[in-house]
Amino acid sequence: MIDNLAVTGRWGIEQLRQIGKAGIMLGRVLFYPPQVRKGFPLLIQQVYSEGVLSLIIIIVSSLFIGMVLALQGYHTLAKFGASQELGPLVALSIVRELGPVVTAILFAGRAGSAVTAEIGLMKATEQLSSMEMMAVDPIRRVISPRFWGGCISMPLLTIIFNATAIYGAYLVGVKWLGVDAGIFWSNMQSSVEFHADVVNGILKSVVFGIAVTWIAVFQGYTAEPTSAGIANATTRTVVYGSLAVLGLDFVLTAMMIGDW
Amino acid sequence: MLSQRWIESLVGLFLIFAIITLSMLAFQVSGLMSLFPDKSYAITASFDDIGGLKVRSPVKIGGVQIGEVSQINLDPVSFKAVVKMNIHNQYNDIPDDSSAGIFTSGLLGDNYIAITPMYNTSFLKSGSNIEITNSAMVLEKLIGQFIYSLKNGDSKGDKDAKK
Repeated sequence: MIDNLAVTGRWGIEQLRQIGKAGIMLGRVLFYPPQVRKGFPLLIQQVYSEGVLSLIIIIVSSLFIGMVLALQGYHTLAKFGASQELGPLVALSIVRELGPVVTAILFAGRAGSAVTAEIGLMKATEQLSSMEMMAVDPIRRVISPRFWGGCISMPLLTIIFNATAIYGAYLVGVKWLGVDAGIFWSNMQSSVEFHADVVNGILKSVVFGIAVTWIAVFQGYTAEPTSAGIANATTRTVVYGSLAVLGLDFVLTAMMIGDW
Repeated sequence: MLSQRWIESLVGLFLIFAIITLSMLAFQVSGLMSLFPDKSYAITASFDDIGGLKVRSPVKIGGVQIGEVSQINLDPVSFKAVVKMNIHNQYNDIPDDSSAGIFTSGLLGDNYIAITPMYNTSFLKSGSNIEITNSAMVLEKLIGQFIYSLKNGDSKGDKDAKK
């Protein structure tokens, strides 16, 4: 009995320590003065490997999501004779919810896992400790560019996701199913507001970007330096990242609808 | 690994691409402004009641779309709704005594403007005004009138019964 209690307590304290470590790491990333001349090329490299290389998966999946949404929405709306509302349905659901959330989950799978694996391997091969030996701060040199690169890439990917998904919906709705193009766009324009819908969606994606890259970077940095440990850390990045995105999405939506 | 120069230009491309799509989202999806409008000329028509007509609603002749509504204002003197429409340039031979009406596509569908062409030999051109207009049929008003007439009919019937 007492042993069980002790185990639970130890586990709890361990979890608390993990959260504390993650917080300290985020603080160190955020509040270290950036070195513009040295740090900028590193940042660009990370935007490339996290953002540009994720572009293909984002564009392809968004196109299909838009197309499926238009197809499903059209057949449901047609039952009520309201197929002219296809544009608003697709645009609002993509811009408000699907765009940021699906992009963030794909981003966690595509870029987050890569970041974790890379940092974990650096740790396992003791590259991070040798950097410290050379008086190079690994947080500045390795963690910080990856974190900021993810934070920059996420909103940009979300914007592209939104646009291509709506284009996919346009292809299916207007070109295939024959909704009038003018009605499709005019209904969309009259019900989508730039600030309340588009900007809030992008704001969400900024928060998701921070959350996902923070988890990815932290899991990599604290990974057990063995091959099994790196595998575990990569899995945890994807699982925790996706869960954090879905949970945060609920909180943010509640805040945005409640006019904070 | 690509060279730094390549990476930088690809990231630049990525950024520009994202900015372009953002402006597309702003203009095309949330309708801040329409980008690259078709070549068209503008005509106006004033209606007593436009119902649910919106900016970018279609303008049709015989069911074929020939343009769209670009602006809706209220005339401060006559309190009529002044609707400005852009008609595609290829339809430049609409007689200027044509009439315009607001109709609904389907029972609960969207409003559109239908222009009924007449026989004049002078044509509508940029800035001209359609004089003859029919207001929108507002379903609630129709139902109201119907119920009103029904009640009147009933009371007459009652009187007849009393006689």
